[in-house]
Amino acid sequence: MPANRFNNFTDYGIGIGLRAPHYDHILTRKPVVDWFEIISENFMIDGGRPLHILDQILEQYRVVQHGVSMYFGSAGRTDREHLRRLKDLVKRTGTPWVSDHLCWGSVDGRYTHDLLPMPYTFEAAKITAQKIREVRDFLEVPVAVENVSSYAEYHVSEMTEWEFLNEVVERADCGILLDVNNIYVSSRNHNFDPLTYINSVPADRVAQIHIAGHSKFQKYILDTHDHPVIDPVWKLYDRAIQRAGHTATLLEWDDSIPSFEEVHDEALKANRFLAETQLGVAV
Amino acid sequence: MSLAAIQKAVALAVMQPLTRNERMQRVGPRGEKMQAYAARYMKPNDRLTSFERLEIYNRQYWFRVLASMAEDFPGLRAVLGGQRFDSMCKAYLTECPSRSFTLRNLGARLETWLRQNPTWIRDRHMLALDMVRLEWADIEAFDGLAKPALRSEDLRETAAPNLQLSIQPYVRLLELRYPVDDLLLEVKHGDETLDFASNAVQERRKRSTVRRVAKLEPAQIFLAVHRLDFSVYFRRIEPEDFSLLSALQTGKTIERAIQLAFRKSTVPAADRAAFVQHSFQTWATLGWFYRPEEKVRGENPREKSKDTNHG
Repeated sequence: MPANRFNNFTDYGIGIGLRAPHYDHILTRKPVVDWFEIISENFMIDGGRPLHILDQILEQYRVVQHGVSMYFGSAGRTDREHLRRLKDLVKRTGTPWVSDHLCWGSVDGRYTHDLLPMPYTFEAAKITAQKIREVRDFLEVPVAVENVSSYAEYHVSEMTEWEFLNEVVERADCGILLDVNNIYVSSRNHNFDPLTYINSVPADRVAQIHIAGHSKFQKYILDTHDHPVIDPVWKLYDRAIQRAGHTATLLEWDDSIPSFEEVHDEALKANRFLAETQLGVAV
Repeated sequence: MSLAAIQKAVALAVMQPLTRNERMQRVGPRGEKMQAYAARYMKPNDRLTSFERLEIYNRQYWFRVLASMAEDFPGLRAVLGGQRFDSMCKAYLTECPSRSFTLRNLGARLETWLRQNPTWIRDRHMLALDMVRLEWADIEAFDGLAKPALRSEDLRETAAPNLQLSIQPYVRLLELRYPVDDLLLEVKHGDETLDFASNAVQERRKRSTVRRVAKLEPAQIFLAVHRLDFSVYFRRIEPEDFSLLSALQTGKTIERAIQLAFRKSTVPAADRAAFVQHSFQTWATLGWFYRPEEKVRGENPREKSKDTNHG
């Protein structure tokens, strides 16, 4: 189950995000880490230190690419320059799969640099799936789409978020990067049962799982990636791997980043749940 | 309503400037009440109105892009002051929103925009423009392309008057009217130590930077912003060096570049050969030269540039 066509039949374990404050620690201490996730856009450049660091990391570690601005759900055309640069990076890293978000963020060539929520309509699902196929065919690696945290819902939506996710991945025949923290955040912001969401996801399409922390405000929760993972999110993670089996798992920590050890220790807590889960069990 | 129509409408609201109190404006993009505008697209819930839900994205957008500008242009921020810098960035980003998939390019049009909108920098016009140019050069030098460098030996082997040399794409040449390099280094050094400094130390440093900006006198300098061992450096160069490197950058032969470099030079004719030799040796050691690619016969440069345009 975990090694499937959506993660290129790999069997990755627990990884963490490669972040600048940890570069020195990683390169000098060479800690044992199963794999690192990089933000693709940070390395889609012509030269300089970021690529030099990446090349050194690639000599010793496995790297998976995660993007933040492909905007599969934007109604406009795909940015060819973006695609070309992304493909160059895919060749450099040898990433087994590429992920980005099920969202939109650009209109008429103007970028918001945010992960804006989709209206859950059949038209949007069709457009999004078409773009995912286009990107996958161009990059020649499997693509996984990640569910985002959201703070707003549209009147025009014709289905739930999980129904929309299913509609898109079936049409695109792509994988899912299941972010259980995002499911938790959105469930609190939109009053739905997160387990209903988890139980509705096609387990055989889950290529990877994200876990993270968030921030609570008086009237809503924000996906800030600046705290440890809370227990309710671990419970969702537990359920997700009960269904999908051992799956490549990544802890996101992007703001107020603590020491490397603290981030890695937090990620390795996932082992508690993985140990209790039999390989390849889908429920 | 189509996906494209919804996204256009929501993006207009998300990218509309915030109020002074960093809230969403009460009047929407097309002059109608924002409450009605938001309610047309967004559902309310038991805790938040449609307006409040859309406002979360509106605020996130501006917090993100303004933080990115402050990170990229700390020198300009020091020159203008925090409040004026923030107001200027809001005006700039309203007229020139990001057109790139990466925030790295957010300030790409800032110098041009400031030249067209000089009121934002009216008190320190030249100083501000010089600082923007330096900070943008800093960004480009940091991650610009590096081609395989020619070594000093390569230069000796191929020395000929009609030889062409290209300057590495990551080397940026600047003619400036203020010594903004020192000022920027001071500002950046202050930023680097902020985490470890007490509030009192930060306050003193801020006052010191403000005093320094106020006192900074014009003094023409020539700079090469370049990269060595993956760190960016500001290297002051002579006017002749600047002319020579600029000429090489535009594809002139070495012979022609040298002629241009000494057109208005005060360097005595007898010293020029040694001057050139020393300069070339230094630049070769720094890895600034690469051999230009030979043009492929029949290659149409227009078609080539069309391929790399945004699709």
